[in-house]
Amino acid sequence: MSLKQYETVFILTPVLSDQQMKDTALKFKQYLLDQGAKIVNEESWGLKKLAYTIDHKNTGFYHLLQFEADPQLIKTFEVEFRRDERVMRFLTVSLDKYALAYSKKRKNGEFKKSVKEEASV
Amino acid sequence: MTLVNESVNRTEVRKKYCRFKKMGIKYIDYKDASFLLKFVNEQGKLLPRRLTGTSLKYQRKVSQAVKRSRHLGLMPYVTDSLK
Repeated sequence: MSLKQYETVFILTPVLSDQQMKDTALKFKQYLLDQGAKIVNEESWGLKKLAYTIDHKNTGFYHLLQFEADPQLIKTFEVEFRRDERVMRFLTVSLDKYALAYSKKRKNGEFKKSVKEEASV
Repeated sequence: MTLVNESVNRTEVRKKYCRFKKMGIKYIDYKDASFLLKFVNEQGKLLPRRLTGTSLKYQRKVSQAVKRSRHLGLMPYVTDSLK
């Protein structure tokens, strides 16, 4: 069984407090770690405005996780998102070789506008 | 005197090119909404290849990226004044 690299972006509802938001993000990261996935990169984009209303909200906390995992894991991981009502949206994509090169550059901050803060912990 | 078609100066017509091929861009990031804005019109609809000059291979990737971006609320599905 081969491992693949994935990237998940999820949006948490803005009603959470700062601490709750961090806890929730940590929960998903911890879930991946427990299932034996390897976290490659994580980003927290903070509170961002949405382009359109989702669940009657105009803003959301964006988080990104890039990880290496067994393809079997993705299904259960996405179920976790569906069960959690604090998650407004999520998207998981698998990364091909060009995407990997791109995300590596992105992580090293080679793009001028990408202002990134490492999510705490 | 008959009408004679005069030759039209067409040197100003520039050939379209695919910006991804020219710049060597291999991956189109759905997280970069400001870049993807170049490929949609004011209403947030995808522009056709005949206007942007993008090759088919990359047009498919652009469209995929725009759709992902819309799903995540980074770009609108419908709007009136994007630009």
